[in-house]
Amino acid sequence: EPPPSVPAMLSLDFLDDVRRMNKRQLYYQVLNFGMIVSSALMIWKGLMVVTGSESPIVVVLSGSMEPAFHRGDLLFLTNRIEDPIRVGEIVVFRIEGREIPIVHRVLKIHEKQNGDIKFLTKGDNNAVDDRGLYKRGQHWLEKKDVVGRARGFVPYIGIVTILMNDYPKFKYAVLFLLGLFVLVHRE
Amino acid sequence: LRKNVEDFTGPRERSDLGFVTFDITADILNGKNAFIFDWNVKQLFLYLSAEYSTKNNALNQVVLWDKIMLRGDNPRLFLKDMKSKYFFFDDGNGLKGNRNVTLTLSWNVVPNAGILPLVTGSGHVSVPFPDTYETTKSY
Repeated sequence: EPPPSVPAMLSLDFLDDVRRMNKRQLYYQVLNFGMIVSSALMIWKGLMVVTGSESPIVVVLSGSMEPAFHRGDLLFLTNRIEDPIRVGEIVVFRIEGREIPIVHRVLKIHEKQNGDIKFLTKGDNNAVDDRGLYKRGQHWLEKKDVVGRARGFVPYIGIVTILMNDYPKFKYAVLFLLGLFVLVHRE
Repeated sequence: LRKNVEDFTGPRERSDLGFVTFDITADILNGKNAFIFDWNVKQLFLYLSAEYSTKNNALNQVVLWDKIMLRGDNPRLFLKDMKSKYFFFDDGNGLKGNRNVTLTLSWNVVPNAGILPLVTGSGHVSVPFPDTYETTKSY
């Protein structure tokens, strides 16, 4: 049966349908929904393992890397330890004690024989390097601050998460509609 | 790719600071030696970086200059007497007398969507730094 159209949803027939669905069918739909959520989570965890990053996909939040990336672009990251950090790479990092990840380019590196590295970053669209953004007294970033290296990107798509963040009502509306669709759709 | 350099170092807060002027003549092509701005190339982020080794650090890389080249710009560079955009500070005093500082031109290809490759241009130039510091110089 095709999913009900919007006018149908507003009519009483729709409500009769839901009442007619017996308990078994409802549980079945709920389990279906749970399976979709679990699969999505497994794919996300799998991505974390393959890329080595705790956050393999991030949304660009600011315009500091324009014109390459704009707010709402989606970035795909890897964080393999074997990949050395080199100038020119786009890294996503967190400043100690702050939650927001920053996407900027590596401007300078100093690496010791044993692999210890300290590096400086700068946003393409910023006039100065990021030293002013780092923690008080911190002059360099280290490997531990890195969430990942940007390897690929897709424009615009991430704007949905930004909207959901800035307008919680929008987030609830999206979740409500999704839940409604899954529960009502009959295979 | 041709660069020539006039250079000297000066100590500031215990670290060496290098001054480099350069020319760049380059024709940017893609991996198949064709025009770089194909249907999926939005822009290029070009950067000139200096790479060298010191007593303190096995590997140092410093970006001296960068430029964003948009789709529609001419992929040929003919720059003369350029000064570095960013301060060339070493982490210590490793520039003095360093004969093995190599300048390379590289670029990040930014697609409309897809992979973000980093490409290093063929050709590089070695810049030897003098053994002494300059005390004053108008730059």
